[in-house]
This record gives sequence, structure tokens and C-alpha cells, in this order.
Amino acid sequence: MSDRYSPGDHVRVRADSPPGHIRTPVYIRGKCGVVRRIFGDFPNPEGLAYGQPGLPEKTLYEVRFRQRDIWPDYDGELRDTVDIDIYHHWLEPDDAGATR
Amino acid sequence: MRAPHDIGGLPAGPVDTEPHAATFWEKRIDAINVLLGDDKRRILSRDERRLAIESLGEEVYQTLGYYERWTAAVTRLLLQKGILSQDEIDAKIAEIRARMGEAEEKTEA
Amino acid sequence: MTERTSHDHAADEFQKDEEIHGYYQFLGLAIEELLVEKGIVTGDEIRATIERRDSITPAIGARIVARAWTDPPYRQRLLTDGTAAAEEFGCEFDATELVVVENTPEAHNVIVCTLCSCYPRMVLGLPPSWYKSREYRARAVREPRAVLKEFGTELAENVEVRVHDSTADMRYLVLPMRPDGTEAMDEDALAALVTRDCMIGVTVPKV
Repeated sequence: MSDRYSPGDHVRVRADSPPGHIRTPVYIRGKCGVVRRIFGDFPNPEGLAYGQPGLPEKTLYEVRFRQRDIWPDYDGELRDTVDIDIYHHWLEPDDAGATR
Repeated sequence: MRAPHDIGGLPAGPVDTEPHAATFWEKRIDAINVLLGDDKRRILSRDERRLAIESLGEEVYQTLGYYERWTAAVTRLLLQKGILSQDEIDAKIAEIRARMGEAEEKTEA
Repeated sequence: MTERTSHDHAADEFQKDEEIHGYYQFLGLAIEELLVEKGIVTGDEIRATIERRDSITPAIGARIVARAWTDPPYRQRLLTDGTAAAEEFGCEFDATELVVVENTPEAHNVIVCTLCSCYPRMVLGLPPSWYKSREYRARAVREPRAVLKEFGTELAENVEVRVHDSTADMRYLVLPMRPDGTEAMDEDALAALVTRDCMIGVTVPKV
């Protein structure tokens, strides 16, 4: 996939609520994070769940979020993070992210 | 909008950190799921099972234990795919209940 | 094992007072028997699958960790390609891959699956009950430090807590820090210090 994100890219998770089998947890939708690494392309579970082949495959990333960006009242350390595996089509560029 | 399985971040009580070993029954459900999804059979996939669990509804999801949800999910999928019928399942359960009732009477005697 | 004893074993575990749970126990047995009658699975296959599952225990993960502590090139392989490094220990992978995350003096890793209970089964075997619980799944991403405390683990404030929510095809294993005072220990002695819980990141190895 040529339009892959690269490690270090700032991304925002789509805030949609499709009714199907979605592996992007609700708590992270709409949140902003940074791509850590690319795991490769995998069959799309949103199709596999319905007995479809899950094609085209989707690129899977590890995306890191700061706890404070997920939970504004997080009471741990500022540096604490959550890393989540997210498929390409659930991410959007977050161009303002680098300046925040 | 959360489905019953999507619980990350919700309030909940303390974690029961005691490890409870898997029972023999749980291991059998696990094994059936492994076999139905293996390359020889490919009858159900991991994501089909997950979807079936997610679709159980809030009350059922909350009431059933982990492997009971798996049992519910695999049952639904086998019905959907026409591999088993509810009549067959009901009859088999009745047969097993009767058989186990007899076994129990024998033990007590 | 004959069919007969396996039924007896299941009968022992019945809780007749709980109608719903009792029903699901029967349902599970009924599904199994029907699948066997229809020739879709065999009793031998079920028994072999359980035996194979039972043979995968946290001891395998502990040996991997101990090797990583004593063999720097292996540690590097483990962090670069966890799947291949675990395969060196006989682990078998299906559609999932292993990612190993390393604890350091600056960062502590914890694994959870909020959506179901994805777990590095090929390295640690079946997950402990608490890993599948609502409490752990709901809270580990929201208040990891409080959850760790419930396991008796208190981290210094300046240690960064990294929670990994395994939502997809990756399975995570924590490579804990080798405890101080273990310099004279060999690989076997080190492996004995490594528990399942510290490879999930809720505890740390202790001497």
C-alpha cells in the first residue's frame, strides 16, 4: 500500500460507529496519537467476521496515545501511554498534531 | 455507542487476582473452537466467533461466563451455517440430562 | 481416556443449582457429541487438542525470558521478531504474531485486550481468569497504576506505564527486567523467577 502512514506520523482515529464487527475500541475513536510501527497487511476482520475473505488486506499499525489525551482526568503520570493496534482505514491524518 | 464487549475504560470493581484454573469443560469448549477453525475444517473463524459473541446482547453477555459465551457463539454459528438444528440440540441435551441423571442415581446407590 | 470417563469427569463439574450455567454445560456437551456423531470432529481430535493446549504453559515463556536475559543476540532477535524467536523454543503460531515489549528502568509494559481476551496463548497457554474478567479489561487502560497495585505492584512515579491493548493480529509478551542480585544464576534458576503474571506485566520478577 503506497499511502501507508510512517512511524512518527500524527493520526486521528475515525469517530464513526458502524454496526459491524469493529476492532477499534470505542474509547479510542476520535482520539489523536502517533504511529509507532507498521506490522504489515492483514485480512480485514470487518469482512472475516461475516465469512468474507477480508480483502483487500489492511495495513496494521501500532499507534501510541497519551493517557491524558484519552482521559482528560487521568491521574497517573503525564508520560503514561496506551499502544493500540489499528487498521489503516480507521486512521486519518492529524496535521495539527505535531504542533500540539 | 458501545456494544456489550467494548468495555475499555468503563468503571468496574477490583480485579479478582486469584488465578482459577480452567475446568475440563472449559478446555473442551476451547478445543472444539480450535478444531472448527483449523485448516482441515475451516467451519468458523476467530472473527465470526467474536462477532457472534458481540451480538449476544447486553444481558446475555453479562450473565454468561467467558466459555459460556463461546458456547453460545459456536451454537449460533453452527445453526446459521446449517450444520446443526435446534431440534437436534434440544434432543441431545435431553439425552445427556437423562444419561447423567442415571449416572448420578448409580453413584448414590 | 475412554468416552465413559470423560463424561464422568464432566458430570463432576456440574453445578445443578444454577439453571442457566447448568444449561450451558449441557449445551457444550451436546454440541460436542453432535459434532462427533456427524463426523465433523472426533473424540481423539478433541483429546489431542486439549493435551496440546495443556502442554503450553508459562514455563515456556519463562525459558524465553531467561534466555533473553543471558544471551544478548537472542534478546535482540526476540525484540525484533518475537514470532521467530519463540519458534526457536517450539512455539507454534497460527494467524497471529508475537510482539515482545521490554521493561526498562524508564518504562513498564502491561498487556490487556479490552474487546475480548487476546492473549499470547502460543507462549503462555490459556489466559488466567482475571485476564478475561470485566474488571481487568475495563480498567487496565483507564487506571493501570491502580490495577497494578491490586496485584501488589507499585511503580515509581517517574516510570512510564505503557498499556498495550491487543485488538488485532498481534499478541504481546512483556520481557521483564532481570532482578538485581541474580548475577550468579544460570538460565534454569532465572527461568524459575519468571511468572506468568510478570510476562503480562501486572507483576515484576522477584528474587
